[in-house]
Amino acid sequence: MALSGMRGLSVFISDVRNCQNKEQERLRVDKELGNVRTRFKNEKGLSPYEKKKYVWKMLYIYMLGYDVDFGHMEAVSLISAPKYPEKQVGYIVTACLLNENHDFLRLAINTVRNDIIGRNETFQCLALTLVGNIGGREFAESLAADVQKLLISSSCRPLVRKKAALCLLRLYRKNPDVVNVDGWADRMAQLLDERDLGVLTSSMSLLVALVSNNHEAYWSCLPKCVKTLERLARNQDIPQEYTYYGIPSPWLQVKTMRALQYFPTVEDPNTRRSLFEVLQRILMGTDVVKNVNKNNASHAVLFEALALVMHLDAEKEMMSQCVALLGKFIAVREPNIRYLGLENMTRMLMVTDVQDIIKRHQAQIITSLKDPDISIRRRALDLLYGMCDVSNAKDIVEELLQYLSSADFAMREELSLKAAILAEKFAPDLSWYVDVILQLIDKAGDFVSDDIWFRVVQFVTNNEDLQSYAAAKAREYLNKPAIHETMVKVSAYILGEYGHLLARRPGYSPKELFTIIHEKHPTVSTSTIPILLSSYAKILMHTQPPEPELQNQIWTIFNKYESCIDVEIQQRAAEYFALSRKGASLMDILAEMPKFPERQSALIRKAEDAEVDTAEQSAIKLRAQQQMSTALVVTDQRPPNGMPAQPSIGPLSLVKVPSETVDSQNPGDQGLTHPNGVVYKEDPQPPSQDIIGDLLGTLSIEGPPGAVAQSPQSATYEAEGAPSAADAAALVPVGEESGSVQPIGNINERFYALCLKDSGVLYEDPNIQIGIKAEWRAHQGRLVLFLGNKNTASLGSVQALILPPTHLKMELSLVPETIPPRAQVQCPLEVMNLRPSRDVAVLDFSYKFGPTMVNVKLRLPAVLNKFLQPITVSPEEFFPQWRSLSGPPLKLQEVVRGVRPLPLPEMANLFNTYRLTVCPGLDPNPNNLVASTTFYSETTRAMLCLVSSQLFIESSTL
Amino acid sequence: MIRFILLQNRQGKTRLAKYYVPLEDSEKHKVEYEVHRLVVNRDPKFTNFVEFRTHKVIYRRYAGLFFSLCVDITDNELAYLECIHLFVEILDHFFSNVCELDLVFNFHKVLVYLILDEFILAGELQETSKRAIIERMGELEKLE
Repeated sequence: MALSGMRGLSVFISDVRNCQNKEQERLRVDKELGNVRTRFKNEKGLSPYEKKKYVWKMLYIYMLGYDVDFGHMEAVSLISAPKYPEKQVGYIVTACLLNENHDFLRLAINTVRNDIIGRNETFQCLALTLVGNIGGREFAESLAADVQKLLISSSCRPLVRKKAALCLLRLYRKNPDVVNVDGWADRMAQLLDERDLGVLTSSMSLLVALVSNNHEAYWSCLPKCVKTLERLARNQDIPQEYTYYGIPSPWLQVKTMRALQYFPTVEDPNTRRSLFEVLQRILMGTDVVKNVNKNNASHAVLFEALALVMHLDAEKEMMSQCVALLGKFIAVREPNIRYLGLENMTRMLMVTDVQDIIKRHQAQIITSLKDPDISIRRRALDLLYGMCDVSNAKDIVEELLQYLSSADFAMREELSLKAAILAEKFAPDLSWYVDVILQLIDKAGDFVSDDIWFRVVQFVTNNEDLQSYAAAKAREYLNKPAIHETMVKVSAYILGEYGHLLARRPGYSPKELFTIIHEKHPTVSTSTIPILLSSYAKILMHTQPPEPELQNQIWTIFNKYESCIDVEIQQRAAEYFALSRKGASLMDILAEMPKFPERQSALIRKAEDAEVDTAEQSAIKLRAQQQMSTALVVTDQRPPNGMPAQPSIGPLSLVKVPSETVDSQNPGDQGLTHPNGVVYKEDPQPPSQDIIGDLLGTLSIEGPPGAVAQSPQSATYEAEGAPSAADAAALVPVGEESGSVQPIGNINERFYALCLKDSGVLYEDPNIQIGIKAEWRAHQGRLVLFLGNKNTASLGSVQALILPPTHLKMELSLVPETIPPRAQVQCPLEVMNLRPSRDVAVLDFSYKFGPTMVNVKLRLPAVLNKFLQPITVSPEEFFPQWRSLSGPPLKLQEVVRGVRPLPLPEMANLFNTYRLTVCPGLDPNPNNLVASTTFYSETTRAMLCLVSSQLFIESSTL
Repeated sequence: MIRFILLQNRQGKTRLAKYYVPLEDSEKHKVEYEVHRLVVNRDPKFTNFVEFRTHKVIYRRYAGLFFSLCVDITDNELAYLECIHLFVEILDHFFSNVCELDLVFNFHKVLVYLILDEFILAGELQETSKRAIIERMGELEKLE
């Protein structure tokens, strides 16, 4: 092709290949480079053909790994050659040798632009390819408009347009302002009608980038994406050349589903239905086949579909299909699929409430933590980290510790950070936490960052119960012959502060403590010396009456360091020396460290801030950020005491939550049996989001930002307060605010969410989180209240009182009066339904934190629909039963006028979530919906309930 | 998005490199060295994915050649894995069972670069129809 007949180059390539060793090769290459350099320098009138020869040789040498620091100019100048063969080489070599930051490239902008707007299609393609591959900001600003024209031009061949689409994508990534949203959104939608699948594939990539920044502007693209996906998944009208091992372009399918993940929801019911049908088809219809390529391609589509289903927070049934599939994948032998199973299970944890099901796979996941392939081990670690909670923290953290000793170096830092965070977030008791961290330092000291040991010191300082335990542990580790320097630091610090608490035990006298710490002194670096000096000063201060011998020993050390070159050490030595001669006043100055203010764990923040660099923001991250954005951080407390410098430990100690308006009205109606009960369907976020964030944040010192943050829906809630009152959608006054402690999240929404599901958070404030888990059988129920203390101090005067309505019999087991720091208490609550009623039980909950008394009244989700059990009836049963019920009170009818009816599929969904079985086809009229269920109470026993909803379109009377 | 594509032999010689992100030469050498080390010793029974700095490398070995794509953490792994295979199938069409020597001795034929530029642009897939690419190559040949 272009360079055929270039004998010189062929000879050169052969020569290089025949070189016996690296040295010979270098000599040969240097000779050639010298030759090329002289040609470029001396022969001003080099013909384009000759230039091409040399430039191409340069590229070959460059590919061999040699530096080529000249000739860029010649390569760029070939771009303006009039003939194709030279121009082509100019473009190709420039794209390989240069990048967007090279000055030479700027010189070419005009030539490139002329090729783009010119008539020669071949030149257009070359130019678009160059700009698409290495164009920078300047290219974006001067070429974007021309590229857009080509993309929508009707006279260009698909060949040019697909290049233009991706070229524009590059320019948009360099500078998003070059695409004007107003003008472009419609054009983008039109592009999705494209017949040519090459152009469509490229355009879909462009769309992904656009929607990831601004989904609102591109709403009109959503139904078109669904259509495209439908067409592909059903293999309708797809040319043979675009199928890959029988699968209609898996890449376009994947891209299309990726684009769909950036739209928060699919509102139009028809589009939603079509989309779910397609997804269902993919989920159920993907089989494992022998051919590797076919298998990979179909599973690429399947995993993208899983991601989309998770994003859409689909119906329960579909979600459990996803979990079941993933459960299957993480157990298969095929490594790629197992890897993806683990990866996607971790993603699933981030979006939905499936922790319990995933926990069943814990043993399987731990097996993968020991897989020979590091890629799989990493995914297993991520998943274990994500699925950890109070119930399995001990097991998981111990697995991680055990694995730490044999783990690759590449993984140790991450592993120890994760173990430390889990131990902190979910410790059943604090002494266990201390054990874990000390073990971590012992086993992998090199990989334990300062943050980790700072944090354990904070805990010990803030918890008196823990201090002597920690001191004893520290002493134990110091007995070991060789310990890591971090261990020396933490032990010296703790023993200096709290060693005196154990002074009566054998081996803990000041002298003995000093000796055992000082033994490590010769092995440590300058960063540890200041800590040792402080520790000695404290030991000295605690030695009452003074022991002259010890005093002399320590003074000698201070003396020695008074002339140390390190300023910090010098200052400490000089000051401690002077202070320790002051006798009693020393006691005040060197008294115990004050407590640290509560603050977000720097570790947790560190884990959250982990750097990710992707072309488009991940859809999951985007959602998490949207939820955080409304938090107001109002204080910025600096730590008052002198821990070793810790600038990274940040504030976020108090998050002020906008106060809620509480509507009080008609306490009888719960809005549950009322279709208008769904007042929040306009919400940008499904309410469950927040709750999951909270669940994941259980018992963190202060919840992760996701949990503390006020999610946007509460703002919407306030705005909607008035209309919902008009709807009589029933909000009962609860959740009074008391004292200065503000609830986190919206209490009402939490209650509503729990009316529809059986586990979640009922209440949360900065001190406590109350979670609920419920099981219902016929007219009985068993709820467990999880009371989690989020603080490092105890909560006292805890009282939980149930105020049951007359129709419910409720028994709450004993609630302890104090909840220890960061502990979680479980209180079972038995419920029995005596007779039908719409009244609600209330939990009157109070506790004392410091001087503040907090009291809240919370509605409990033991509501009517929890005592329903779905049942299917046949037409033969339904209609006779229906007719036999003559009228009130057994049969009630209500006509709701003047409302926009809920679309039927949504109505059916709503019925199903209330545990009313929709019986399709029972009523011949498609506008009617018939449902049945059984209601259980002690007096009525099982009682069949029938519902018929009929839709009348009234003709306008005017 | 594809950050870069590398074709390397078992000794770590780079036979083709295409970068879609701006890297300095010294950085490119480092990347090529690291990627080679990362993939060359992996057991064939392992996954085809491996983390690389803040990204991941999707790779596949064909005889003595490693094809590696560096993509975003959030990208669909299997889709890119099959993208490598499709590329190999296209190369096979021109070299009938492509091998390392083809890439070396046909270097001056530009062919591999031209094919790649028709296949991937701006770090994204441009064309997935083998026929479309083969036809396009035919057109370009006529321009000589």
